[in-house]
Amino acid sequence: MSEYIDHDPSGATVGIIEKQYFTFAQPPDLLPLESGSSIGPVTVCYETCGTLNQDKSNVILVLHALSGDAHVAGYYHAQDPKPGWWDIMVGPGKAMDTDRYYIICSNILGSCMGSTGPSSVDPDTDKAFATDFPMITIGDMVQCQKALMDHLGIEKILCAIGGSVGGMQVLEWCVRYPEMIASAIPIATTTRHSALAIAFNEVARQAIMADPNWNQGHYYGKEKPDMGLAIARMIGHITYLSDEAMRLKFGRKLQNRSALSFEFGAEFQVESYLQYQGNKFIERFDANSFLYITKAADYFDLARDYGKGSLVKAFTKANTKFLVVSFTSDWLYPTYQSKEMVKAMKKNDLDVSFCEIDAQWGHDAFLLPNPRFSSLVKGFLKGACHGQ
Amino acid sequence: MDNNNLRYDLKIIASWIEPGSRILGLGCGEGELLYYLKKEKNVTERGIEIKESKVAACIEKGLSVLQGDINEEVEDYPDDAFDYAICSQTLQQVYEPSRLIQSMMRVAKKGVVSFPNFGHYKVRLQLLLKGRAPVTKELPYEWYNTPNIRVLSFNDFGNFANSMGFKILKKAAINTKNNNQDGNMVNYLPNLFATYGMVLLGKEQI
Repeated sequence: MSEYIDHDPSGATVGIIEKQYFTFAQPPDLLPLESGSSIGPVTVCYETCGTLNQDKSNVILVLHALSGDAHVAGYYHAQDPKPGWWDIMVGPGKAMDTDRYYIICSNILGSCMGSTGPSSVDPDTDKAFATDFPMITIGDMVQCQKALMDHLGIEKILCAIGGSVGGMQVLEWCVRYPEMIASAIPIATTTRHSALAIAFNEVARQAIMADPNWNQGHYYGKEKPDMGLAIARMIGHITYLSDEAMRLKFGRKLQNRSALSFEFGAEFQVESYLQYQGNKFIERFDANSFLYITKAADYFDLARDYGKGSLVKAFTKANTKFLVVSFTSDWLYPTYQSKEMVKAMKKNDLDVSFCEIDAQWGHDAFLLPNPRFSSLVKGFLKGACHGQ
Repeated sequence: MDNNNLRYDLKIIASWIEPGSRILGLGCGEGELLYYLKKEKNVTERGIEIKESKVAACIEKGLSVLQGDINEEVEDYPDDAFDYAICSQTLQQVYEPSRLIQSMMRVAKKGVVSFPNFGHYKVRLQLLLKGRAPVTKELPYEWYNTPNIRVLSFNDFGNFANSMGFKILKKAAINTKNNNQDGNMVNYLPNLFATYGMVLLGKEQI
């Protein structure tokens, strides 16, 4: 997702932000996981922006997507060329106004951006976990975030917000810890993956596992499965865009040439774009983390986990004011999936608002500047504050 | 927004709503009425609106509104989930008005319906004297582009409600002016002189 990060043209910024760490589940009190195994100690990397008010009632919990991190806004130092991944949304006067709200964002379990994941060192062996890392779920990620909230002494979250896999965490929070969540904004997300979404993830995973450098996941300290991870990312980027987005962005335009050269290089701009994104991704992301997190997203099924197969039943546990947002051109988690969750929420008489925003940039639209989206979030948060 | 800025027909509807009620607004537009009722009468509001920009305007005001087709979306709510279901200036654009009214009266204890009165004398005269499909300030469309596919008069709705077995608890016939900001009640021959009609429906059989 970092490919979109840009300076906010308004110039407003939360300024310098510091990474923080919280470690829990020290042996023998390991963190029990949904798969039946357990893990510990677990480190959660997190960042905060804004000021926590006296009665701790202004907390917004931002939940990041597949390849995101805790660095939601601001800069690490004065010369830092890039701000956090949602800097357009988080800052003074912005949709998530840091003059009013206290923003917390933590890196998910299984990732490689500071929290415990397959690239972390297993204390039992002093080597990276690699594929000995236990399988994790969206619920396990949320458990870690809950442990962080306990650590920070936060009992009530004004709003949980996130897009894509972050939106799954939002939904999981609302049924797992309903008493803690006053309002929630699941964006461009789903209550369970379609076969199409699982299929794309599986092709991406196969690309990694087919890379000879993958070595059953034990590649740390050696050549990494860069080619496999780059291809996985290229597949991802196809699903994040849309037919319309690709037509507008690339069409059949050629890259640095005026005529076809009849060779297997990146002749079309779209080829060049995907290769660029793939190559950029391998610099910052761990292939095993990609495998684990996509698997967790595929496992996610709110109806199965909380409603014995019924989504309506699953949402009986929620007690939250919702704003559900989808985007017209999102074909990874299309609007009909958002409407399904809205329907189940309504049948439970939950307070739900829903808007399908007209946007041409596909699934990734929530990461791009969009005045309508910003003002929706801003207005909804204001309403959620009054409702407290 | 204070009462003075509210459209005249919406003021009448607002006066019928008990404070603290649960309200469903069908085709709620930019949420003028819901916002007023929330502020002034402390109601719990839900709205349904099909147009993205209007839905966004509602949510920005802090209203709970969802984007969708009123005929479909109304079906998801439990029975008697609301005290009032309000369908303001929308019924004449609905393909199956009787089904929508039935659904409204299923999800709410009372229903409020308002509609332009096609029995108004100016409408009648245009057809009678010019022989043309009427175009008025309240009904500004040509026959080929009007969203108002259901042509009804104040009296028609009364008969319709009776035939469906709903009781008319209150009704008002109004004449509006100044871009619908002001207006007055029409007590004399309302079917002839009112530009808009509005009705509060209850469930008891007559």
